[in-house]
Amino acid sequence: MLSYLLQRLGLAVVTCIFISALTFVIIRLPPGDFVDAYIANLTASGSSVSQEQAAAMRVEYGLDRPVIVQYARWMGRVLQGDFGVSMVWRRPVSEVIGDRLWLTMVVSLAALFLTWAIALPIGIYSAVRQYSIGDYVFTTLGFIGLAVPNFLLALILMYLGFRYLGLSVGGLFSPEYVQAPWSWGRVWDLMKHLPLPAAVLALAGTAQLIRIMRANLLDELRRPYVVTARAKGISERRVVLKYPVRAALNPFASSIAYLFPYLVSGSIVVSLVLGLPTVGPLLLQALVAQDMFLAGAIVLLLGVMTVIGTLISDLLLMWIDPRIRLEGRA
Amino acid sequence: MSATAAQDRWAEATQLRLTWWRFRRHRLAVVSLFIIVLFYLVAAFADFLAINDPHATDARRSFIPPQSIHLFDEDGFNPHVYGLRGVRDRQTFQLIYTPDPNRKLPVRLFTRGYTYNLLGLFETDIHLIGIEGGQRTDGIFLLGTDQLGRDLFSRMIVATRVSLSIGLAGVTLSLLLGIILGGVSGLYGGWVDTLIQRVIEVLRSIPTIPLWMGLAAALPNTWSTTQVYFAITIIISLIGWTDLARVVRGRFLSLREEDFVVAAELAGASQGRIIFRHMLPSFASHIIAAVSLALPAMIVSETALSFLGLGLRPPAISWGILLQDAQNIQVLANAPWLLSAAVPVILVILAFNFLGDGLRDAADPYG
Repeated sequence: MLSYLLQRLGLAVVTCIFISALTFVIIRLPPGDFVDAYIANLTASGSSVSQEQAAAMRVEYGLDRPVIVQYARWMGRVLQGDFGVSMVWRRPVSEVIGDRLWLTMVVSLAALFLTWAIALPIGIYSAVRQYSIGDYVFTTLGFIGLAVPNFLLALILMYLGFRYLGLSVGGLFSPEYVQAPWSWGRVWDLMKHLPLPAAVLALAGTAQLIRIMRANLLDELRRPYVVTARAKGISERRVVLKYPVRAALNPFASSIAYLFPYLVSGSIVVSLVLGLPTVGPLLLQALVAQDMFLAGAIVLLLGVMTVIGTLISDLLLMWIDPRIRLEGRA
Repeated sequence: MSATAAQDRWAEATQLRLTWWRFRRHRLAVVSLFIIVLFYLVAAFADFLAINDPHATDARRSFIPPQSIHLFDEDGFNPHVYGLRGVRDRQTFQLIYTPDPNRKLPVRLFTRGYTYNLLGLFETDIHLIGIEGGQRTDGIFLLGTDQLGRDLFSRMIVATRVSLSIGLAGVTLSLLLGIILGGVSGLYGGWVDTLIQRVIEVLRSIPTIPLWMGLAAALPNTWSTTQVYFAITIIISLIGWTDLARVVRGRFLSLREEDFVVAAELAGASQGRIIFRHMLPSFASHIIAAVSLALPAMIVSETALSFLGLGLRPPAISWGILLQDAQNIQVLANAPWLLSAAVPVILVILAFNFLGDGLRDAADPYG
């Protein structure tokens, strides 16, 4: 068990290093370096920078050193919580990102819980009542859920809400709370706005999870122990819920590992359509303006958050499935 | 046919035939196959099917609502559309073009329009349908026009080409990567296998869209449409290969132990012969199924990137670029027909998903 834990932890660290290297590549990809962009930015606003000043800045930021050294320095600063300065906002990157990172996580997690809450009962129903009308309806809905990309769904819902209900469905806060400091009222306001984006994000994952749950439970229901339980006269509800459902639950825990990156990805595009104050719109702005420190910080933070989510899912899986614990010991 | 005759037929059938029989049982998959073939035909003959030049802008005909073709008039069968008439809005003093029922423009087959290159073979200006006569602003706008007065129907038809081909190109590239890396992984095992599996795990745990956005945004502005097209294809396939590699590896692992492979090995067949003559035919169908499930993901990726403005750039036309116009709720409220570009996206993704499902079931016809 300990070796399994260490192995997972090691993989998570390697993944984080890999993500940071990739982020650094992205930061360095645009032609020219940080100082060029900075000078262009200053020139655009009217002031000028001399050649000597530019050279001094390059030395100060270590841009005259080899790439590896630059990467190491950047990583060193990042580990101390210093992500550099955003050129567009002219403020430290961590200040610009602020609450947005947490709101991204809140939206993604809400979508994850919603996925579970919907997929579990429907999956059980579809398996127990295989080939019933309800099963077909849910299967069809599931296919449509898989086929409609979530940003399109957001777009369509926005239009329908605007057209037929006359309300704007975007945003995460009511106007009076947008700039307000955190309070219980603001949290409650957030809760009221969460369901729509969460549902939009959750749809595709739900469809997938229902199919997995249904297939797994169908396999379990054919096992001899289910027949035995039935022969002993246990009520149908208990026969299904007591063991087969529990055995079929594993994919729910492991679903974090593949659903979470997917949800975080999706939240970026959906946020843009629905105007959510997550890191999505910020990332797009930063990329278009080539504000690379800001963009890099966002990509890095999202990646690391996802890795942590995956790690939690592994631990959860280990906790609920003894087979994995035993495998690790062997 | 008696039961034994049917059994004989089954016993004599080739694997391909068995696969086809199994596939035919999945009705939705057959319909989907038909739809997909239709889409690719549209892509191949896009310019012939387009009515108006998809790039031609005309401010005077911006945001014209969808027009329908009227098949009959008082003289009997006479397909026609109404011409456009400029009306000055009394409040804004803007000239707004609206259909004029008094001016009928006959719709004819095989009319002359803009010049294009048919299948790269020869130049022609014949289009399937068009109007005869009329002024410069007149035309058939089955799905309306966008802000710049471009015909949405023609743009959607032409977009099919880019959107579908980028999916194919992306899948081909990831298949290549997937077969090589998955094959090496499954065939040799050991530390190579461990390394490749770890790389796959790492790639899968990264949220893809921020990564794609970062890579796509770094493409220089000076690149031509074609260069951007290929760069986007590479970016999309760089991350999409992991699923295919897993399928290939799994197949290699399970086939390595099969009797017929061991027999071929003992008979002294070379490794290349074993792989290409014995193993490949028995898992080719699985790969085709995996590809048809990977294709829609590629198409969505391109659409999402272009939708964000980081993918293909105008004047290239893809479904994502068309949807970009529909991003703004104010624009959408005035011109809801801009959203119609979502229909082919959803249709193609659904069709590919059903097709992939049917193929996966048919891939192993002995089961």
